Order: sequence, then C-alpha cells, then structure tokens
Amino acid sequence: MEMIAPFYKAGAFSEETSLVLAFALGLGFGWFLERAGFGSAKKLTSQFYGNDMSVFKVMFTAIITAMAGVTLLSAMGVLDRSQIYLVPTFLVPQLVGGLIFGVGFITGGYCPGTCIAGIATGHKDAAMYGLGMLVGVLAFSALFPSIEPLTQVTSMGKLTLSDLFGLSYGTLTVLVVLIAVGGFVGATVIERRLAAR
Amino acid sequence: MEASLDRIRVQAGAGAKAPAAARAFTNPYLAGFGLGLVLLATFVLMGRGLGATGAFAAVVASGVAAVSPEQAVANPAFADYLGDGNPFKSWTVFLILGTFFGALISGALAGRLRATTEHGPAITDARRYGYALTGGAIAGVGAKLALGCTSGQALTGGALFNVGSWVFMLAVFAGGYGMAWFVRKLWK
Repeated sequence: MEMIAPFYKAGAFSEETSLVLAFALGLGFGWFLERAGFGSAKKLTSQFYGNDMSVFKVMFTAIITAMAGVTLLSAMGVLDRSQIYLVPTFLVPQLVGGLIFGVGFITGGYCPGTCIAGIATGHKDAAMYGLGMLVGVLAFSALFPSIEPLTQVTSMGKLTLSDLFGLSYGTLTVLVVLIAVGGFVGATVIERRLAAR
Repeated sequence: MEASLDRIRVQAGAGAKAPAAARAFTNPYLAGFGLGLVLLATFVLMGRGLGATGAFAAVVASGVAAVSPEQAVANPAFADYLGDGNPFKSWTVFLILGTFFGALISGALAGRLRATTEHGPAITDARRYGYALTGGAIAGVGAKLALGCTSGQALTGGALFNVGSWVFMLAVFAGGYGMAWFVRKLWK
C-alpha cells in the first residue's frame, strides 16, 4: 500500500527522528517569527493601537497558506487530514481563555512563541514574560484538580467549521481566503488613516 | 552574554564609521507565507501543528517533579507532561529549542541582536519588567484554560478549521483590543 501523509502517523520514521524534525521545524518557525519582527514587543502590540497591523497580516497569511496546502494535498490524495491532531473544542473555556490570553498579550507584550524569539534576540522584557508564563502555568496546573470540571464545560469534541456549517473544506478554504484578503485591505486602510492623523 | 553580544557588534562594526543599522523587517505577507509553509510541513511530516505552551508546561512539570515527586504524579496537569521518561525529551521542547536558535540566527544575520527592553517613554524599565511578568502569568493561565496559545490554537487550529481555535483567536483579539486603552501608557 502506498504511504500517505502525515508521515510520522504512517510510521515512516522513529520518535528519535521526530525530535530532530521538531528542532528543524522550530528553526523555520523562529526564523520567520524574527523576520516578521515578532521578537519585538513594540511591533507586536502595535496591532492593538492600529498603527501597524503586521500581527494580523502575518498570522492570517500563515493560516491561509497552511489551510490551502492541506486542502490541496488532501484533494490530491497525498494527505489524510483526519490524521492531523485536532484540539477538542470546549466552547466557553476557549472563549474565556482567549479573552484572558489577549489581556496577557497586550499587558506583557508577547505571546509564548514570540517571547522565545524576543529572548533569542536580547529582549530582557521577553525573558520576564517567559518567567511569567512559567508562573501562570504553574498556578493553573496546581489549581487544576479543584477546577477541572470548570475546564470541561460546553465540551463539543473534535469539531471543525466544516462539520458545523455543512460546507466542504474546499468551499471553506475559498471563503476564508476571501475574508482574509478583505481583512488585509481593511487593515492597510486603517494603518494609512492613523498614519495620516 | 550581553557584554559579549555587544563586543561582537563592535567588532562587526570595526572599520566602518558607525555600527551597521538593523535591517528592516520582512514584508508581513512574505513572512506569513514562510510561516504557513513551516506549519504545512509540520502537518505533513508529523500530523500535528506548532505550539509553545507545551514546552513551558514541560519545564514547570519537571520543576515540580524535582521538588515534590508525589504532587507531580498525583496531578494530571503535571503528570501528563512527565510521561515515563525524561520530560525534556518531548516534541514541543525540541520545537521551542529550534525556535530559539532560528530566531537567533535570523536576528544575527539582520543585525538585530541587542540587549534591550522595549516600552513607551512614560514608564521605566523596572515597571515594564513588572508588567511583562504579570502579562506572562495572565497569558499562561489563559493558554492552559484554552488548551493552547497563539501557535497551538490560533495558528494551528485556525488552519484546520477547528471551531474552538477560531473562537479562541477571535477572543484573543477581543481581549487585546478591550485591554489596549487601559495599558496604553506601557507602549505609547
């Protein structure tokens, strides 16, 4: 039988090899985060004051690139998308967690991945943010046994927008790409208006 | 470390009249396309996405295990990251090690390695550190509650049309914009 991706799930290589690949993929991840300017808290937080919407532009370009790639490779029959791990949906915890995370983002100036790029390029505030992350993760984890039921309310299992709306992945990909392009135009208009002020 | 970085910069600038200025950041669409290809490669090779919170959780879990092994084993929030072997031998830890070196190489080639602290003119470095620590802790709680951060949820789940990830991503922007006015002195 011909092997199709994801290759690790198909048994193409060992766990040791997967760790080498993790490091190599991390190199690419860190490279592009730093190239985008995401080692800098000022660049990241500018998103929330409208004068530099790079966070939105980089994030959504990355999302539609990977999304279109998965959709195309699946259509060609070389990738089985059902084998890619999907975090289960817990609607309210993820909504509340996102709001809390957004507050932490604008207050601390980084997110967990970008703080690594900040630390690597010498930003001392990024190191403080990283320490804070450890404190927050420790506090939540220590409390976890007593709050576990709350973290699992509104459980919806593995659920995609395709299941929810009954639309194919191809249709959804086209829709999200169109929405993203509209968003890029809108973001650029906002940047120019604020720059002219 | 900082002093040695400064020395490298001085040596690199020796002979020139002034040290080379840091190069401009890459066009956001080009950087985003590159990031998207890395994410796609991760899906195709591994059958999972990118993530950063897992590495922080692995560090915390191994710290707790060193201090109090009983508590680490009894609490699934720690035990899940310990497995049966060395917690540092985990996929996300290797990913984040790579992330560090990838950013380091990129920053070095662009002349952007410099010991610095960024904030607006209205606050001191010390206050910035306090807010960075606090913001990091808040984000840590949010990421644990949401089962992921901007990488593991927004980016990865966003590309997979994961409902919870899209809810998380929109909530992150809502939380950020909602809080931005209150902390504007940190940045403006």
